[in-house]
Amino acid sequence: MSATDLLEFARGPALAFSLFVMIAGSAWRIAAISRLGGRTDLSEPRSTRLFAGAMRGIFGKMIPREEFRRREQLSAFNAYVYHIGLALIAFAYLPHIQFIERLTGLAWPALPAAVMYIAVGPTLVTLVIALAQRFNDPVRRLLSGFDDYFSWFVVVLPIVTGMAAIYQPPVAAALPGAPAYPLPLAIHLLSAELLFVWLPFGKLAHAFLVFIARGITGAALARKGAAI
Amino acid sequence: MNSFVERARALLQSRRTPDPQKASAEFVAQADRGAAFQLEACVHCGQCAEACHFYLVTRDPRYTPVYKLQPMLKAYRRERAPFSSLTRMLGLAPDQLDAAELEQWSELLYDSCNLCGRCTLVCPMGIDIAGLVRRAREAMAAAGYAPEDLYQAAERALESGSPLNVRWAALRRQIEIQEKETGLEIPVDVEGADYLVILSSMEVLGFPEVIGALARIFRQAGVRWTIPSAGFEATNIGVQIGSRDVAAALLARVVEAAERLKVKYVISPECGHAYSALRWEGPNLLGRPFPFKVVQIVELLDQLAREGRLRTRGKDARRLTFHDPCQLVRRGGLGEVPHRLMAGVSRNFVEMPAHGAASFCCGGGGGVSAIHRAEKLRFAAFECKKRQVEAAGAQALVTACANCRNVLEEAIEQYGMTMPVLGLTELVAQYLEPAPAAASRQ
Repeated sequence: MSATDLLEFARGPALAFSLFVMIAGSAWRIAAISRLGGRTDLSEPRSTRLFAGAMRGIFGKMIPREEFRRREQLSAFNAYVYHIGLALIAFAYLPHIQFIERLTGLAWPALPAAVMYIAVGPTLVTLVIALAQRFNDPVRRLLSGFDDYFSWFVVVLPIVTGMAAIYQPPVAAALPGAPAYPLPLAIHLLSAELLFVWLPFGKLAHAFLVFIARGITGAALARKGAAI
Repeated sequence: MNSFVERARALLQSRRTPDPQKASAEFVAQADRGAAFQLEACVHCGQCAEACHFYLVTRDPRYTPVYKLQPMLKAYRRERAPFSSLTRMLGLAPDQLDAAELEQWSELLYDSCNLCGRCTLVCPMGIDIAGLVRRAREAMAAAGYAPEDLYQAAERALESGSPLNVRWAALRRQIEIQEKETGLEIPVDVEGADYLVILSSMEVLGFPEVIGALARIFRQAGVRWTIPSAGFEATNIGVQIGSRDVAAALLARVVEAAERLKVKYVISPECGHAYSALRWEGPNLLGRPFPFKVVQIVELLDQLAREGRLRTRGKDARRLTFHDPCQLVRRGGLGEVPHRLMAGVSRNFVEMPAHGAASFCCGGGGGVSAIHRAEKLRFAAFECKKRQVEAAGAQALVTACANCRNVLEEAIEQYGMTMPVLGLTELVAQYLEPAPAAASRQ
């Protein structure tokens, strides 16, 4: 298989398969948990503003409570940096927007490529710090397993392969047709597809589970008038 | 009623033999939709460790709150999680739970967890870890892995109505003493009273002055109240050990008393978990809404004060601080209510750092104070509370939970500190505006 064939494979069947697994797997994970059923709370609520409580859970938890900020400063700051960095790289880089546009028809203005190149550095550094913390901190080391390390790997891999792929003019590389150097792009696409395939099954599913968990707890605690 | 208790007693007996398979099945049964979404959302960030006093004082990573849920998570992942059939088929599912593992986790789920919920507060994923530990205890208790002390306390509670074997004769004696002390009649079994007062065994045995304090406050406020001669015990060892059958049987006694006396309100006394058991878990455990309202004593005092029915005169001049009972303030929704009452009777009221929702537990909540093997760890965990108290520079500590009060007194003695611990209701009663007759005599 030539590099061009590999790129065609990555852009064609591999992409379709990975997107299908990501969407169907995520939907299945949510549906399978949802059908477990729950109990109706018969206690008299202190507050019936459950939706507001859920929203407080979802958005309020984005900022650590003041009482805990000092203890968690480095971890929280580190996590902010790589989450924002990943979001910028995934959704504000012109070739990625064009990629999404081809798939969905949706597009939005991109940030300058230079901003993207600058964003990659802190994102990678903070991801490495996150891994180092997982290895070195006794608590995180005890909690961590294959899922945590593999999830880290499948997030970092597309960034690294993407850096190799941007060696080419970005617009040309993202457009249909044969780019000058198809192999790096093919590898980048395949690494992103590995992330898509893994997302519903492992820790990366927190991308959607976080909102559900926060919402459930936020509503339940709001019902009691308890601290969220 | 008897059949309710008999059933709970029989179930408790049958569940004392360790059985990993039963534990596994109950862990899975406890993982309903809400619990499962939370179990699945953990990203192993470890932030909950930094909120837990047991971890903070020992630096033992096993005390990381979410780690305490490992057996529940394993059973859920093996049997019920999405894709569990696939992972079992591929040999990737977690192993079956074994007896040694569950024995080890008995310490983690009981001795080193007060169900205080500080971990819930810090979790960036919004996982109610304390709520999940409460559920996990159902499996541990059902399969014979709860501490022996708690099983025995549950048996005593089913037998006598109280985990400390406090029976009506003991309460009646304390009522008589308080009647003499206050010169007020304390109403017992008055049908049609508005409020039913129930008490914790700890109050009856250790702090009976609270009965006289209530009599004085309610006389001033014109509250029609009564104490039941049966069903007066507010504490609920069932929610602490994690046995819904025991919890329901104990609650049924209170509910029966309230229904028999046709009261409009049941007052949950100065006891954190008693409030949680009656107010939030009660109707769910009995499977029906209550025909009365549950009001926490601190809430009622605050309401009476705001209505002008509870009037105080003078204030305590000592530098006082308030210890927030977790199940009332952080988990129960009372928030600033006790702090308002404190400000009304204390001239030099000082707050501890991180008071209110993020306050540290006394170390004895969630049944820990009843587990003898946990005593050393409990005293060690008090170090976090001690730092908060010392930072406030208070001369006396006030709280609104008899169990906290007892645990704090023990820990203060253990650490060689000299600081009285007061009950909020008694403090309020101490500064009541004198009754008109008494005032005119002065």
